[in-house]
Amino acid sequence: MFEVRIHSRGGQGGVTAARLLALAAIRDRKYASAFPFYGAERRGAPVVSFVRIDDKPIKVYSQIREPDLVIVLDSSVMDVVDVLHGLKKGGTVVINSAHKPNFPGYKTYNVDLTDIALKANLVVAGSPILNTPVLGALAKLGLITAASAKKAIAEMFTDERNIKAADAAFQEMVI
Amino acid sequence: MVSTGNKAVAIAVKQVKPEVIAAYPITPQTEIVEQIAEYVTTGELKSRYIPVESEHSAMAACIGASITGARTFTATSSHGLLYMHEMTNWAAGARVPIVMANVNRALGPGWNIWAEHTDSIQERDTGWLQVYVSTVQEAYDTTLMAFRIAEHDDVLLPVMVNLDGFALSHIMQSLETIDLGDFIPPLHLPHAIDPKNPMGYGTLTGPDEYFKFRWEIERSMRDSMKIIQATEKEYAERFGRTYGFTEDYRCDDAKVVIVSMGTLGKEAEVSVDVLRKEGIKAGSMRLRWFRPFPKLDFGSKDVVVIDRDYSFGFGGVLANSIRAKCGIPVYSVIAGLGGQEVTYDDIAGFVRDRRIGDELWFGVEPNV
Repeated sequence: MFEVRIHSRGGQGGVTAARLLALAAIRDRKYASAFPFYGAERRGAPVVSFVRIDDKPIKVYSQIREPDLVIVLDSSVMDVVDVLHGLKKGGTVVINSAHKPNFPGYKTYNVDLTDIALKANLVVAGSPILNTPVLGALAKLGLITAASAKKAIAEMFTDERNIKAADAAFQEMVI
Repeated sequence: MVSTGNKAVAIAVKQVKPEVIAAYPITPQTEIVEQIAEYVTTGELKSRYIPVESEHSAMAACIGASITGARTFTATSSHGLLYMHEMTNWAAGARVPIVMANVNRALGPGWNIWAEHTDSIQERDTGWLQVYVSTVQEAYDTTLMAFRIAEHDDVLLPVMVNLDGFALSHIMQSLETIDLGDFIPPLHLPHAIDPKNPMGYGTLTGPDEYFKFRWEIERSMRDSMKIIQATEKEYAERFGRTYGFTEDYRCDDAKVVIVSMGTLGKEAEVSVDVLRKEGIKAGSMRLRWFRPFPKLDFGSKDVVVIDRDYSFGFGGVLANSIRAKCGIPVYSVIAGLGGQEVTYDDIAGFVRDRRIGDELWFGVEPNV
């Protein structure tokens, strides 16, 4: 079982990112479940959501304590949250940033999803949309196929800019 | 598709096409009624949606509509369910086949919005059938079957479909919808109000007649066992999925069986695999139908019961039900109240450290 934790701020679409990733994995003919951590979070507060992906039906409902992959959609949460908490030894971090942070002992990748969203004019209510482009980055990692990433996005959103942004993230992220 | 537990219920309701839906939103049930309201607004579902001012009124409106022969649905949770309590009794007594989704949530105070079964457990003596589900797919399939069972001539009792707050209501899993076809025939309520054939409803009922009405509820409750079985069988034949009164996992050769309801019952299956690797012959029995309560046989197996509920001054309600119905001692674990995190490792620990006859309040007290 592959376990993912997504860090974002309330309203940034972390839950939708989890949902898109689960849907893409299901389109890859795997099993997946996605769930947010529900607490007293509000818009703008640091939030986490989770995804499990496996070749077998997923029966675990408890929270993910030791993820294989951490995705940071908003790097500013790192000021208040230890995004590496519980991350498996040698685990992977994907961060929305123009700069690659130094996380010794982890495989770290960065991609500027905010810049990609802004360039694609993928902005809603003044905020760049990060949850569709991030699927491109995850496809680049090989967690999902690029075809399923596009399929998942197309199933949930009709605006083609989402797929273009995911394509851009796929191209731009260096692995 | 990918769906939450809540949305799966709403999709099932859309396909069954109730004529009247009366509901009041409450966390974590809100998505069900929001989604249904949207279906009604867009015309995808041609139902009369009554946005009532309280849960008591929601159930009252469903009863009023149902007694005219209309198919009805509502959904609630926690304090909303408790506020309905007078009317849930009335619905069963009036023999109206309302289907309700209850998203299990703890009762305040302290104010808490997470999963616990005490809300629906407190409704166990009302005459409602109660089923507890554990996956998004099961929430969908069971909601569909609930209408067929409730509306059957030999049942005509309301059915409550229970799903764990957040753990299931808000998780996203894959969902396969079906083409319902004629699986749920039109509702024919034999005692529906008919202006051409006026009758008295809700009149004062003397002890002799009242007593017979109570027995009629119990008789239908017993008869519902056959109808549940037949409905599940037909559903399996037509749509390929089946669940049963209990979902048993590696129970056949087990020396110890974990009994639980809802999502903890799925987590317990993972515990069973962990325990089996250690050489402990464990099994999991996830109780689905709590009313009517099925016949269970554990033979000489040890039984560990996890209750996500409690009856103060008495014990875990599921544990007590099994003690009473099966005449056996159990290890009673009280866990998951107010959404307490319970992992498969925790459950495996309950089994390893079991002390048959004792009760454990997980995370609070040692064996008591």
